Amino acid sequence: MEYEPVIGLEVHAQLLTKSKIFCGCSTEFGAMPNSHTCPVCLGLPGVLPVLNKKVVEYAMKMAMATHCRINEMSSFARKNYFYPDLPKGYQITQYALPLAEGGYVDVETEAGRKRIGLTRIHMEEDAGKLVHDEHLPSSYVDLNRTGVPLIEIVGEPDIRSAEEAAAYLRRLHEILVYLEICDGNMEEGSFRCDANVSLRPKGQEIFGIRTELKNMNSFRNVQRALDYEIKRQEYILESGGEVVQETRLWDDTQGVTLPMRSKEEAHDYRYFPDPDLVSIRVDETWIREVEGTIPELPLEKRERFIREYEIPPYDAGILTTSKALAEYYEDVVKVCGKPKIAANWVMGDLLRFVNEDRGDIRTCSISAVSLGDMINLIEEGTISGKMAKDLIQDMYETGKPPRAIIEEKGLVQITDEDALTGIIVDVIRANPTQLAQYRSGKDKLFGYFVGQVMKATQGKANPQLINELLKKKLDQA
Amino acid sequence: MGYRGIASVSKNTGVRALTERKWKKRKENKVKIRKEEVEYVAHLARLEFGEEETEKFTLQLNDILTYIDKLNQAETTGVSPMTHAMPLVNAFREDTVISSLSNESSLANAPETRGSSFRVPKVIE
Amino acid sequence: MELNQLTIHELKEKLLSREITSVDIVESVFNRIDQVEGKVHAYISLLREDALRGAAGADQKIQEGAGGELCGIPVALKDILCTKGVKTTCGSRILQNFIPPYDATVVEALRRAGAVFVGKANMDEFAMGSSTETSYFGVTRNPWALDRIPGGSSGGSAAAVAADECIASLGSDTGGSIRQPAALCGVVGMKPTYGRVSRFGLIAFASSLDQIGPFTKDVEDCAIMMNVIAGYDPKDSTSVPQDVPDYRAFLNRDIAGWTVGIPREYFRDGMDPEVSAAVKKAIAVVEDQGARCIDISLPHTDYCVAVYYIVAPAEASSNLARYDGVKYGYRAENCRDLLDMYKKTRSEGFGAEVKRRIMLGTYALSSGYYDAYYKKASQVRARIKEDFAEAFKRCDVILTPTSPTPAFKIGEKTEDPLQMYLSDIFTISANLAGIPGISVPCGYSGRGLPVGVQFLAGHFEEGKLLQIAHNYERHAHIERRRPEL
Repeated sequence: MEYEPVIGLEVHAQLLTKSKIFCGCSTEFGAMPNSHTCPVCLGLPGVLPVLNKKVVEYAMKMAMATHCRINEMSSFARKNYFYPDLPKGYQITQYALPLAEGGYVDVETEAGRKRIGLTRIHMEEDAGKLVHDEHLPSSYVDLNRTGVPLIEIVGEPDIRSAEEAAAYLRRLHEILVYLEICDGNMEEGSFRCDANVSLRPKGQEIFGIRTELKNMNSFRNVQRALDYEIKRQEYILESGGEVVQETRLWDDTQGVTLPMRSKEEAHDYRYFPDPDLVSIRVDETWIREVEGTIPELPLEKRERFIREYEIPPYDAGILTTSKALAEYYEDVVKVCGKPKIAANWVMGDLLRFVNEDRGDIRTCSISAVSLGDMINLIEEGTISGKMAKDLIQDMYETGKPPRAIIEEKGLVQITDEDALTGIIVDVIRANPTQLAQYRSGKDKLFGYFVGQVMKATQGKANPQLINELLKKKLDQA
Repeated sequence: MGYRGIASVSKNTGVRALTERKWKKRKENKVKIRKEEVEYVAHLARLEFGEEETEKFTLQLNDILTYIDKLNQAETTGVSPMTHAMPLVNAFREDTVISSLSNESSLANAPETRGSSFRVPKVIE
Repeated sequence: MELNQLTIHELKEKLLSREITSVDIVESVFNRIDQVEGKVHAYISLLREDALRGAAGADQKIQEGAGGELCGIPVALKDILCTKGVKTTCGSRILQNFIPPYDATVVEALRRAGAVFVGKANMDEFAMGSSTETSYFGVTRNPWALDRIPGGSSGGSAAAVAADECIASLGSDTGGSIRQPAALCGVVGMKPTYGRVSRFGLIAFASSLDQIGPFTKDVEDCAIMMNVIAGYDPKDSTSVPQDVPDYRAFLNRDIAGWTVGIPREYFRDGMDPEVSAAVKKAIAVVEDQGARCIDISLPHTDYCVAVYYIVAPAEASSNLARYDGVKYGYRAENCRDLLDMYKKTRSEGFGAEVKRRIMLGTYALSSGYYDAYYKKASQVRARIKEDFAEAFKRCDVILTPTSPTPAFKIGEKTEDPLQMYLSDIFTISANLAGIPGISVPCGYSGRGLPVGVQFLAGHFEEGKLLQIAHNYERHAHIERRRPEL
């Protein structure tokens, strides 16, 4: 029997607002426990939540970037349950009336392009952190993280493989980061993913029994966990068994999913509209305002690069990994007008420098204008490609623009034919043995002569010209 | 149970009168909530009761829920549930950081702490 | 006349003319407390030193010509209002040692106005009750008859004013918890429009119903208190950004030509005859002053108690989930594990009535019952609100009794929760609809127990209430008695 996996992903993204969703505490990561806490997020008696407008804006951005329909009216609800990291004994979330519904993203896999639907995007507050003592029967609660704003992005069960799932996650991730509303750090927990997985016989419409997977803290682990779970369920079904509906945790070290140890009781969350918060009304004006702040998104940018700059998809992919890098590249092209050449230089030497430094493209010592100008200099013939390799190193180390360095070091390429001919003649005369060998058929020695001419000119001679003149002179009997 | 009911009851609140009324009601109406349900609800609410208390609660909750049943007589087709007294929208605050409580203040009322955290019995996951 | 027997406006006059000092007033109040508190038990905690210090500070301000509308006036706060650095218990064991690190917005407002805090007043635990018999810290007794209840849940706040143990106080009203004790203790009590007064710092019982309001000795004082506490608060999302008028401007006005609605559902046969008589007299007074009383109907009245006893416990069950022994408050000892800690803490920390309502509320919200109970109740609530909207098209204010009976005996209704719930029958509707209401003394029963008459008005029409209440007060000539303590 052939089984088809049916996967639906739930992503929680922490939003990059300065303050929490319902109070003015800082959202900064890494502070001492319980120091970014106030009566409101501590859930003290008598406190009330007030919604951070930026959270709504950021959620709207994500909704628009994923083609969702933004509901004109939406509201908050309480999800009631007891846990030490949940100070109020309920989480404020959106239930019946979420901010946005019905969007999609397009993902690319080996099989081609596929559209994955989004069920909804809603806002909610994060919970605190619980740390367990290894030896003592104690757990410790840090409430700094309670109230950090989250958006939950619920995907339709349109995903049919672990590969598709990873592609979907990467797409969501790059959009969130491009929009500058989330830093997308899975290890730190600002981008989290849970998965619902089930199998059904190919061709069947009814969904099979699903399990929920948690604790996958990287894209790779999501893919591994899904691959494993799909196999695990397949084995059960093929043996004639039934999949148990349960929550399973991904164990990274063992490479397996394991059922949660605590007895999973079906939670009765008793959702009801939160009486302490009023409804949110998003009108056309507000939508237009926020729409205006949305940058060109990665997919669209890549496609435009391929179209406009006629560069291959691979190049476009690398050049758009970050918005800043894409901007840099386009600035270079503006200066030199040579997109393919610019792409090579940016993807090659420039990225190498940036990565070595572990730096930010935005603070790279080689400005886009400088790089563009350097390319111009090559095209003008003022320097050779080889010379540029050294020049760019200088530019990186000194931060100076190319023309300044050239002037300082007198690096102008030798293009004077007479001068060059003279040097070539000298080189030929100085190497009679090689000359004879070459003339007797050892063509390979051409490279030797080129090297000698390069040495004699300190690398400043135009290579094409060297080739031309050298050939002429060598073939001259 | 109109105000006629209240007036007569307020004169008639001896314990015997109470028990008689209860028996009459029990015979008339279905039981609204059973002991097992009461135990389940108690668990949801993280409360625990002894045998006697559970019985008493079951009786009292039944009384109340029986009374509340009268709501079924109210006509409400197409009525939007009223969740807020005032039709306010968009009560927002700006995204500015306001200073928090110190760690000391945050923990000041805590029953048990360890270092800068709250301490609870270990949670098994 | 003792200073503690005077009103805010009378004392302000004497303070401004330097006839007396705030310290004089506070000392007089504490003398009274020393005399009668042992019998009445209106307070959970007293702030004697703080009050004297505050009074000295107030006197300084008055000297300087500064000082707000309540400068130097001793006021009591229902122990449901978070007071920075001061134990705030909500009448419960589970908060018996809780010290808030912040002030409720109304407490801040009173401070700014120069008020001096006498103490934290006793209340039904978590404001759930109509008799102040469920407080962990003991029963408050009605100053008019020490074997009777003062009403609830703000029984301490009402009794303190009635017994002159403070000049004015603040309470909270979710289903009548200001108006009913006001009627039973013979003082003035007002529940503002929902959203008129900030709930920030009010320990929540039922979020969509709770409002803070004043207890005072007369209507003029009520206007003064309302001026101080009303107003928009950005820390409360349900606070309404509506300007606050000067409520004193509504005093000393006439009501000729007003239409007063008398809802027939509130005046059925079989009502307590003493209450009935006193309220009928009130109707006569109002008519005498030129108002026209008309019969109106509030057709969904019979459903009010049922709606309330779903909506309020449902919201409460969620609001009280935070009392889990983790971050503050009582934590049970010798707990096996987390679950045990939760259950023991909450079962030991909460009293029976609170647990009963949490159970009711949890049930009403639970899977399978939400539609039948909470949703249904919310729909009927919308109808109740409509009833009032319709009524106010035909009348300026509505007049009703406040409580179906005068104060009943301590212990009389504690065995039958449903009976207790039905004592809120006339006050609950205003909370459900969000409209303001005021209770004003309108007479005494044969036994000498106070009876109150209630006026209700449309949203944000506190001015109208004060106008008719003040007019009534001036013309009713209700004998000014004092409780014999």
